[in-house]
Amino acid sequence: MNKSIKVALIGNPNTGKTSVFNQLTGLKQKVGNYPGITVEKKEGVCKLSNGQKAHIIDLPGTYSLNTTSLDESVVVELLLNKRNEDFPDVAVVISDIENLKRNLLLFTQIKDLKIPTLLVINMADRMVKKGITLNIKELEKKLDTRIALVSTRKGTGIEELKTSIENYSTLSTEAIINASHIAPEYFERLQKTFPGEDLYKLWLVITQDINFMPVEKNRLQNSELLPTKSKAELKRLQHKETIYRYQFINKVLKETYKVDPSAATGFRASIDRILTHKIFGYVIFILLLLLIFQAIFDWSQYPMDFIDAQFASASEWIKETLPPGVFTNLLAEGILAGIGGIVIFIPQIAFLFLFISLLEESGYMSRVVFLMDRLMRPFGLSGKSVVPLISGTACAIPAVMATRNIENWKERLITILVTPFTTCSARLPVYLIIIALVIPQDTILGISYQALTLMFLYFLGFATAIISASILNRMLKIKGRSFFMIEMPSYKLPLLRNVAYTVVEKTKSFVVGAGKIILAISIVLWFLGSNGFSDEFKNAEEIVTERIVNEGFSTHSKAFISDKLEEYKALDRTGAREGLNADNTDLQKGSIELKTREFQEAAKGQEIASFRLEHSLIGNIGKSFEPLVKPLGYDWKIGIAILTSFAAREVFVGTLATIYSVGNDQEETIKGRMAAEINQDTKKPLFNLASGISLILFYAFAMQCMSTLAVVKKETNSWRWPLLQLGFMTVFAYLVALITYQILD
Amino acid sequence: MELSVADLRPGQKGVIKEFGEDEIPVKLLELGCLPGNLLELVQVAPLNDPLYIDVNGSHIAIRRDIARRIMLDVKEDSSTR
Repeated sequence: MNKSIKVALIGNPNTGKTSVFNQLTGLKQKVGNYPGITVEKKEGVCKLSNGQKAHIIDLPGTYSLNTTSLDESVVVELLLNKRNEDFPDVAVVISDIENLKRNLLLFTQIKDLKIPTLLVINMADRMVKKGITLNIKELEKKLDTRIALVSTRKGTGIEELKTSIENYSTLSTEAIINASHIAPEYFERLQKTFPGEDLYKLWLVITQDINFMPVEKNRLQNSELLPTKSKAELKRLQHKETIYRYQFINKVLKETYKVDPSAATGFRASIDRILTHKIFGYVIFILLLLLIFQAIFDWSQYPMDFIDAQFASASEWIKETLPPGVFTNLLAEGILAGIGGIVIFIPQIAFLFLFISLLEESGYMSRVVFLMDRLMRPFGLSGKSVVPLISGTACAIPAVMATRNIENWKERLITILVTPFTTCSARLPVYLIIIALVIPQDTILGISYQALTLMFLYFLGFATAIISASILNRMLKIKGRSFFMIEMPSYKLPLLRNVAYTVVEKTKSFVVGAGKIILAISIVLWFLGSNGFSDEFKNAEEIVTERIVNEGFSTHSKAFISDKLEEYKALDRTGAREGLNADNTDLQKGSIELKTREFQEAAKGQEIASFRLEHSLIGNIGKSFEPLVKPLGYDWKIGIAILTSFAAREVFVGTLATIYSVGNDQEETIKGRMAAEINQDTKKPLFNLASGISLILFYAFAMQCMSTLAVVKKETNSWRWPLLQLGFMTVFAYLVALITYQILD
Repeated sequence: MELSVADLRPGQKGVIKEFGEDEIPVKLLELGCLPGNLLELVQVAPLNDPLYIDVNGSHIAIRRDIARRIMLDVKEDSSTR
């Protein structure tokens, strides 16, 4: 039986715990300076030298086993529940050399749970610079454990750690501090009530803030024998316990840990004086934000154009290679266009995550929180809300998860509720295509109206988030102890490996997640669009041909034919001017007739296809839905696109691509096709300033993202908040779009 | 001289003496904010809040309302700076 050893990595935030995990497992994972960045459960396998395997879990960072957040309670739950399948054979506590004293607090608590515990002292490379000397032998003896001195930056000490893990069974499982000293009588009665249970474990279960393991806790509370203590009394005892533990730690370190104060450098202090300066601090932050937006909207343009071209030629290739038909159209225009609509955002999302992870890794993000906290408070937000709001410009999902380290529940809830208003990258395709359609290309003071509109939309997103935050702040009656604390870690040069891994991982999950939805929706739409039960659908060709013979082409088709002809003639004239075919007027006349017939045939094909689409299943659904969106200036096709993009905003463009390609055999861009759409009532272009702005504003405010709703449900642990969010945002968006259209039209 | 952390000037240091009327969060204690430890006010944020302190080697930022509850023994001469 070669069972693998179960290992749990536990430690304070910012100790390089995730770096140790990376080096043990070889799986490159993320490490951040921002407290609480390690939120999801991370696992890996490490091969030990004797051929055995170690299954390693990277637990969220925590300062102690007294939990105040969900993340921390994950750690406690795992360590207290022996039946948990991940219950570790050995706990590896990661500490860093500079903050050893405070790291040891957590170590002593875990040791007292009688789990075999190893101590890793990380960042050993900083010892010389900081003038630190350590008597490891003595420390091992006093802490009754084995110590591995590690530097993840230099890659040293990992092999020794692996050896120690291998020999975990020789580790002592004795407690080192007897916590019952803090209230001997109480602990004695506790033990009497539950004779079979471990005393320190009982104490931890009783004192947890977070209501975890409800069954176990209820069992304790319901016991009549248990001497009851008020919450305040318990807190006082926790204080006492902490002080008691520190007394022990101070005594241990006094004899083993020496710092030469002359070696300490004021690097952090002098950088902090600039980065948190009352003027320069904000100037630097704003410059950094500008740099990020410049990268997202300017630099990423080049790779985006390249991707666009690649997808266009791929779709062209499919159409030329495969036999024509609805299936080819589905592939070329529906699926490929839909996927392309997502892939094109890779450069922007990658840039955004690159910057965010650089800021987190370097330690700068904490300074932003420090700078912004007082500014955000009047709106019911915390300085820590800044990070979610910035991340929200990439995607609301990681942003909502990044709220976990906001201690105050009310501030956290408000941040979660308003984050989806920030302009996420999924709104971009919708904005870009509609801006290109309805906003003139003119410039004012050298800045184009289109760029200004986009900037305004970003501003609008933030403004809406802030304003709704202050409304929620007044409405929500949640009392929470307003306790704010953030660590200001020392500045570190970001490890490129870690940054690169974050960028790749986050981008991949975005593309794969959205790609799946788009693929599924494209196929459903294509099916609904190419099937129908009505007679009109079945006899579309005869009905339309008859109508064209009797009534002539529709205005739209006439415009299409004459446009195409003009285009052809212009092309011909250019050719003539260049003397390529100087005197071939007869030939030209003949070819024009030929071309006219060709264009008429194309127009007829379009009319048939769009007539068929109108009477297909999707047409029926859309038509029944139309009265709801008509007052906003949209037709049933846009209604369908809005409906499908309830799943995810970026699906909007993909849906229109699919609908229009089913309705149109001609090779044309979606933008061109949208520009050609006719409002059936006014016979004017469907997309004008009024309907365009109305649509943009709808997307600015509506909660069109199922994944965000799912994350909000998970983070707030109730359906109430996501449903409230969905209802409020949708109604608000509808009303704004309605008013906008009615005023502008 | 007894002052609270909120009364310090940047660069000023003091030894933690006791905590004011309200309890302070256990988390601060865990980070080393304990009676007897030296605490330095490193910096004050531009709008006078939060406060950036160095206690026991932990560099942390806390809000003024909490800082007011941490009472310090400050030596007169350390206030020159």
